Parts: sequence; C-alpha cells; structure tokens
Amino acid sequence: MSTFKDKLPPISQMGPFIALLIACVIFGSTTNRFFSGENFSLILQQVMVVGVIAIGQTLIILTAGIDLSCGMIMALGSIVMTKFAQDLGVPAPLAILCGIGVTALFGLINGLLITRIKLPPFIVTLGVFNIAFAITQLYSGAQTITEVPPAMTWLGSTFNIGQTSVAYGTVLMIVLYLGVWFWLRETASGRHVYAVGNNPEATRLVGIPPENVLLWVYVLAGVFYGIASLLAVSRTGVGDPNAGQTENLDAITAVVLGGTSLFGGRGVILGSLIGAVVVGVLRNGLTLMGVSSVYQVLITGILVILAVTVDQLSRKGGR
Amino acid sequence: MATQPLVMQAKGLVKRYGQVTALDGADFELRAGEILAVIGDNGAGKSSLIKCLSGATIPDEGQIILDGQIIHFKGPIDARRVGIETVYQDLAVAPAMTITENLFLGRELRREGFLGNTLRMLDKKKMLEQAIQRMNDLKVGIRSMTQAVETLSGGQRQCVAVARAAAFAEHVVILDEPTAALGVKEGNMVLELIRRVRDKGLPVVLISHNMPHVFEIADRIHVARLGKRGAVLNPKKISMSDTVAVMTGALKPEDLPPEMLA
Repeated sequence: MSTFKDKLPPISQMGPFIALLIACVIFGSTTNRFFSGENFSLILQQVMVVGVIAIGQTLIILTAGIDLSCGMIMALGSIVMTKFAQDLGVPAPLAILCGIGVTALFGLINGLLITRIKLPPFIVTLGVFNIAFAITQLYSGAQTITEVPPAMTWLGSTFNIGQTSVAYGTVLMIVLYLGVWFWLRETASGRHVYAVGNNPEATRLVGIPPENVLLWVYVLAGVFYGIASLLAVSRTGVGDPNAGQTENLDAITAVVLGGTSLFGGRGVILGSLIGAVVVGVLRNGLTLMGVSSVYQVLITGILVILAVTVDQLSRKGGR
Repeated sequence: MATQPLVMQAKGLVKRYGQVTALDGADFELRAGEILAVIGDNGAGKSSLIKCLSGATIPDEGQIILDGQIIHFKGPIDARRVGIETVYQDLAVAPAMTITENLFLGRELRREGFLGNTLRMLDKKKMLEQAIQRMNDLKVGIRSMTQAVETLSGGQRQCVAVARAAAFAEHVVILDEPTAALGVKEGNMVLELIRRVRDKGLPVVLISHNMPHVFEIADRIHVARLGKRGAVLNPKKISMSDTVAVMTGALKPEDLPPEMLA
C-alpha cells in the first residue's frame, strides 16, 4: 500500500524546510519589515557567498569528507584577483581567472594530500586553513584592496523584477545550484560522488577508482570557492583579507542543515541552498529584531548540533 | 559432467608473500554449467587462488586460461572485462543507493542523442526496465528496484549482489562465502538463486566454509591443501566427514575409491 507518508522524503531532508518555515513565521510576526521582496532579495545577496561555498562543501561532505579551509581559500582567491588587477594591472577577466585558478590549486592540494598520502580530510583542511589564512595576510600585507575594477563588482549590481531589485550574483548562485543538482542526479559521474561516499571499496571493485573521484571533487570545490571569491568582492566592493572567517563554518552549517549526512553518501544539493538561506534568514531576522550578533553565532551553533543529531538519529532509525 | 568442456583453467599458480608461500603450484579447472565449490582450511591457499582468478592479485608464476586463451589480469577490472564477475564477502554495495543504481554502478546506460552525448544524462528508465527484467529472470522477489539497498535484509542484499554478477558475467561467476552471516531461510534463498544462475548456463565458483551448503548445491568440490589442489571430489559419492578428512589431510586422496574423485 503506497500512502502519502511513503512519498514524503525522510525527515533528514525535510529538516531545512521546517527550520526555514519556523524562522519565517517567528520573524514575520515579530518584525514588520521581514516579509518584503526587498528584504528577501537582501537575504539572498547576503547568502550568495556562503551559498556558493556550500556547493563545494556539499560535494566534499557527500564523499564523507569535510573542508575546514573553504572560507580561507575563498578569502585568498579574492585577494589574488583584486591584487593582480590593482598591482600588476592584469585585465579584470584574467585576474578573476587567476583567482579561481589559485582556489582550484588549493583544492588540488587538499585532494592530493587526502588521496595520495591518505591523510584524513579533517587534518589536511585544518592545516590548509592556516596556510591559506597566512598567505592571504602576507600577500595583502593585511591591507584591504580598494581599487577594484568594475568588472569584478558587476555581479553585485542589481536588476529589477517588478518592485524588487535582484543581484546578478544571486542569479548566478541559483544557476550553479541547478547545474550541480542536475550533474549529481542525472549523470554517471555525479552518481559516483554518492557511491564513493557510500562505500569506496565497492566503488573500486566496480572499476571506479575512488581516489580519482575524490581528487576531482576537491578541485571542483576549489573552483566553487573561487567563484565565491568573486561574489565576495562584488558584494563588498573590496578585496578583504579578513573575509571568510564566518563563511567558513556557515558553509558547513548550511550543508548540514540542508540534510546532507556528515557520514557521506546521502543528501541533496538543493538542501544546502535552503540551509544557506536558513542561516541568512536567522542572521537577517535577528538583526531586524535588534539581537546582538553574538546571539546569532550562538543560535547557529545550536542549529548545527541539532541538524547533526537529526542526521545521526535518522541513521540509527534503520534508514 | 567430466565430458563438459573447460571454461576456466589455472596451471601451476605460485604466489608468495615475503617468506610465506600461499600458492605452491596450484591447479584449477572449471567446467561449463557446473557449480564448483572451493573448500580448504585456513591458510590452504583458498583465498589466494580466488584472488588470482578474480584478478585481485597477480600470481608470481603460472597461467590462467579462459576459453583456451591465456589471460593476464592487472586488476579486478580486467577480469570483469573478460566476463568474470566476483561477489566479495563484505558485500560490495552502496547502501544508500537504489538497487538499480547498484546493479549498474560503473556501467551506467546513457540516453541517446544530445541529452546523453552532450549532457551525459543517464537513461534511468532503461536501467530500471533492465533491472526488473534481470531480477525477474532470476526470480529474485524484490518489490521495488527503486528502493535503497539498505532497506533490504541481508539475504536480499546478497541476492542483489549475486544477481548483479550473474547479469553481467559472460563466462564465470565467483562467489566468496555468499551464505556466511545469513540465517537458514535467507541462506536457502541465496542457494536457490545460485542454482538458477547455473541453470542459466553460467558456471559458478563457490567458496564456502559451510559444508551442508556445499553438499547441497556443488557439482564438484575442489579441495585446496598446502597451497596446491589437494583433490577434486564428487559430493554425490563421498561423505561430508570424509571430505573434511581430505581437507585436513587425515585422508589421502590416493586412498579414496576412484568414484569419489571427480
């Protein structure tokens, strides 16, 4: 007998929607500015950097890995692209590509250490977190880069849909999500990402070397961090050497809230988008309510632990 | 049975691991349409033999012959490519993925035209149809091919793994302890399936510690002993206790009456 209940996705995938709903109801009833197209557009602009980092992070977590260095790599990317343009006079498009190239290179370094020397992702990316942060500070001299060519801020500019202005960057984020969603769901190489997260030995035995899949996932994640670098520059209008500090954990929070299992092999990429929006809505709503930012950090922390608990319990529940 | 042609053959396989000689000139013969059980004490060279046949290890010396052709494996993929499918003991499945996805993992079917060639899109419908058809051929009673493998019982999972091997093997199916860790009913379910695989015409190599299971379905029994082939026995003529005696060396094969050998 196929009931409505069978058709519902498991609770771990419903979580982010429920959280989003609750947050919207609370903020909608306590502040009158919350429910407006303008505010939602602002929330999306606020989450676009975290959202795009979370795409890379989701891919890595799907393989049962973790990337603690994502925010720092993103910051390095934005410094490289802005400084190449400002100091070396590299044309903007080329400078952007250089920035993305550097973040992809750091993804490659993560991937090589994990697949060739078989180091645990947690330790590798914790090390790279520090390395990327230090290089960012050294290269920028801890100075914000302010002379940014207009091509780098274009994604932060907006166009109007009706009364609401929408940033090009948020459109890019959504397009990237849809693209990755299609890849993970409809292609063999996308399914192999899940297979590696599920059972790397099984994947090897059917002729797919799990190391290759992992390496590509880390490089690809680096490319997404690079795109996030550009979005960060476009949003703030500067190259900020201290960027990426909140994004680092917010991206992991978004992925976990989005229902992707930290044990690998389970999850839906679009959940991470919802997760990122939940984090954004929380920050936005709490700010509108006049709650100090320390409490926002506190609540995000509690949320991550709740989400991981749901993940763990639903696995034990025999699913 | 003795008149059936040889499908797979190994001659004088030697495999050393440092000081230890796991295989010391082992021979092996698999005939068309049979279930050949491989038994042996721990350290008798049973698993080294199977690893050589499935491409998981490369023998130091000796030949493997498939359908009259000498073959060299560099890895399990080479063995698969020539039509030898192996089901490993530790259930090589991806638990959160569907039965269909597991059946086609690593050999997915793509759509035709632009969607398949350019967008690399999978043909999920075709894979589902083929999965249903293949499972029906082998009478594996599973309700839905779109359910995750982790929702299945241990026996059903093992059936999926065996069916996957049978569906894609062209020459040989190798099963490593397929009924270990299963209850009586589930074990029988898997034995039934193995019989159907043979009846479909695929020879099966069955590695098992479970003597009642071996005697229930094997056509011949290959006894690995001291890194060699100790004997090949006929389960219809020899008793289980004599088989164990041959396995442990208490009985010498040359002392057995000839009808007990196969």
